Amino acid sequence: MLRFMAIRIFRAVVTMFLVLVIAFVTLRLSGTPFEFMYPEGITAEHQAALEAKYGLDRPWLEQFWVYLTDIFQCNFGRSLYTSERVWEMYADRMPYTLAIGGLALLLAIAVGIPLGAVAALYRSSPGARVGMGFAFLGYAIPHFVIGIGLILFFGYYLRVLPTTGLSTPQHYILPVITLAIPMIAAIARFMRAAMLDAIGHAYVNTAVSKGLTDGQIAKGHIFRNALIPLITVLGLEIAGLLNGSIFVEAVFSLPGVGRVLVDAVEGRDFPVLQFGLIAYALIVVLVNLMIDLAYIIADPRIRMEG
Amino acid sequence: MAAATLPPAGRLRFARLTVSIGGLLFIIALGVFAPLIAPHDPNATNLLARSQPPVWMEGGTWAHAFGTDNIGRDLLSRCLYGIRTSFGIATLGLIFSAFLGVALGLLSGLGGPWVDRVVMTVTDVFITLPNLLLLLCGIALLGTDIWVLVLMIGLIRWEAYARLVRGQVLALRAEGYVEASRALGGGTVRIAVLHILPNLASPLVVILTLSFPGVLLMEAGLSFLGVGVQPPTASLGRMIGDGRDYLINAWWLSGLPSIVNVTITLVIQLIGAALRDRIDVLTDG
Repeated sequence: MLRFMAIRIFRAVVTMFLVLVIAFVTLRLSGTPFEFMYPEGITAEHQAALEAKYGLDRPWLEQFWVYLTDIFQCNFGRSLYTSERVWEMYADRMPYTLAIGGLALLLAIAVGIPLGAVAALYRSSPGARVGMGFAFLGYAIPHFVIGIGLILFFGYYLRVLPTTGLSTPQHYILPVITLAIPMIAAIARFMRAAMLDAIGHAYVNTAVSKGLTDGQIAKGHIFRNALIPLITVLGLEIAGLLNGSIFVEAVFSLPGVGRVLVDAVEGRDFPVLQFGLIAYALIVVLVNLMIDLAYIIADPRIRMEG
Repeated sequence: MAAATLPPAGRLRFARLTVSIGGLLFIIALGVFAPLIAPHDPNATNLLARSQPPVWMEGGTWAHAFGTDNIGRDLLSRCLYGIRTSFGIATLGLIFSAFLGVALGLLSGLGGPWVDRVVMTVTDVFITLPNLLLLLCGIALLGTDIWVLVLMIGLIRWEAYARLVRGQVLALRAEGYVEASRALGGGTVRIAVLHILPNLASPLVVILTLSFPGVLLMEAGLSFLGVGVQPPTASLGRMIGDGRDYLINAWWLSGLPSIVNVTITLVIQLIGAALRDRIDVLTDG
C-alpha cells in the first residue's frame, strides 16, 4: 500500500514538473513582453537594458529556477493587458466555476448511479433500453449544443428559466443541468456495465445458493462491487468537468474562469494562460491522488498488496 | 457472414451497422462534393435576404432551404462546407495522432524494458494533462491556422493508441511466428512492420472510430469558443457559436448546425459501438 501510494505520488510530482516545464517553454516561445509594453517599438540598447533588468539575458536554466521559485511563492505575474494580478483574476471568478461544477457533479452522481444500477438489474425491460439509448445520445452531444437546446426550450419557448448570468439561484439551474447531462450519461453507462460485470461473478452464485433475497444480493453484492471501478470514472469525469465548464460558461455568459481563459487565448495573454494550465493540471493531479486514496479505502485487496 | 444466416438479434445489429455506415458515407459525400451541391457560395452575403427562416417555417423559401444568417449567407451551403471543414480537420488530426500513438506504442512494446518504462511514464503523464488547456496554449502560441489545429489535436490525442498498441505488441510478441521470425534473424523493424502491424489493424480501426466523435467535437468546441477555425471559413462549431447571439429571433442559426453536428457524431458512435461488439465477439470466440 505504501509502495502503491509512493508510485502515485512520484507520478503526480513528475506530471506537475512537466506541466511547469511546458508552461515555461510556452511563455518563453511566445517572445518577449516588450512588444506588448512598447507597441511603438524600442531601441536595441533599451531592450538590452530591459532584458538585463528582468533577467531575460540569463541562461535558460537560471531563468527556469527563478520561475520555479516565483511559482512556489505564489507569484504568477500580471496580465499583459489589464496589469491585474493573475492570481486575483482567477480567485475572483473561481467560486462561480466551482459552484457550477460541484453542483453538476452532485447531480450527476445522484442521477447517474441509480439510473445505471436500475438499467442493469432490469436490463431486458423496455424502459431500461430506452434509458440507455438516451445515455448513448447524451454521450454524443457536446455541452454547447445541450446548453443551446435547453435555452431554446426552457428560456424562449416555455419562458420559465433565466438563461444568462448567475444573479439568482434559478440562474444556476440550466448551466448545472447542461454540465451534468453528459456526466449522467457516462456514469449511468459505466455503472450499468460494472453491475453486469459483478452479476457474472461467482460470489453472486454463492449468495444465491445461500438463499439471500434478490434485494439483498443486488444491494450487498452487486451494487457494492460495482461502485469500486466507478471511482476511476468519477476521477475522469471531474477532469472532464473543467473542460465542460469552459463551454457551459460561454453558452450561458457566466462570470467564471472560462471567459478569462478564452480571452487570454484571443489576446495571447500568456501569464494568464500559464496560470490556467498550472492550476488545471494541479486540480487534475490532486483529484487523481484522491481517487487512488479512495481506492485504498474502498478495496481491501489493494490494501493487502505490497 | 451473410446477413441471412445471422440470428434475429444479429440481423438487427447488422442492419443497424449497414444503415449507420450508409449514413456516414452520405455525410462524407455531402462534405466532399459540397462545392458541387451547395446552392450558394457559402461566404456570399446578401443583405436583402438577412435572417430568413428555413423553408418549413412561415416566410421560408426554397432558395434558402435552411434559411440565411444575419448577413444573408445561405445556411445550407455553410452547413455543407462546415461538414467539409470539420470532417477534414478531425480526420487529419486523428490520422496524425494515430501515427504518433502507433509509433510510440511499437517503440514501447519492442524497444526493451527501459524504453518501455520511459514511454509509458510519458503516456501516463500525458493522460493526466488537461487537454483543452494544452490546446488553448498551443493555439495562443501558434495561431489558429487549420494546420495548427490538426497538429495540436494530434499531439494531445495519441495516448489511447499508444497504450492499445503496446498491449497488443506484448501479447503478439509471444506468438510463434514472431519467435520464428526472430530465430531466422528478423530485425525489430521487420517484425514490427511485417508481423505486428497487420495484426493491429482491427483493434485500431475500432478505437479510431470510437475516438472520432471526440476529435470532431474538439474542433467544434474550439471553433464554438471562437479560437478554432476563423471566419469566414464555415465550420459547424463556429456557426453554432455565432448563432448564439440570435437565439431569440433566429434559432435555426445555431439549431440547424447543431443538429448536423450531433447527427454526425451519433452516426460514427453507432458504427464504433457496432464494430467494437463485433471485434469483441471475434476475440472471445
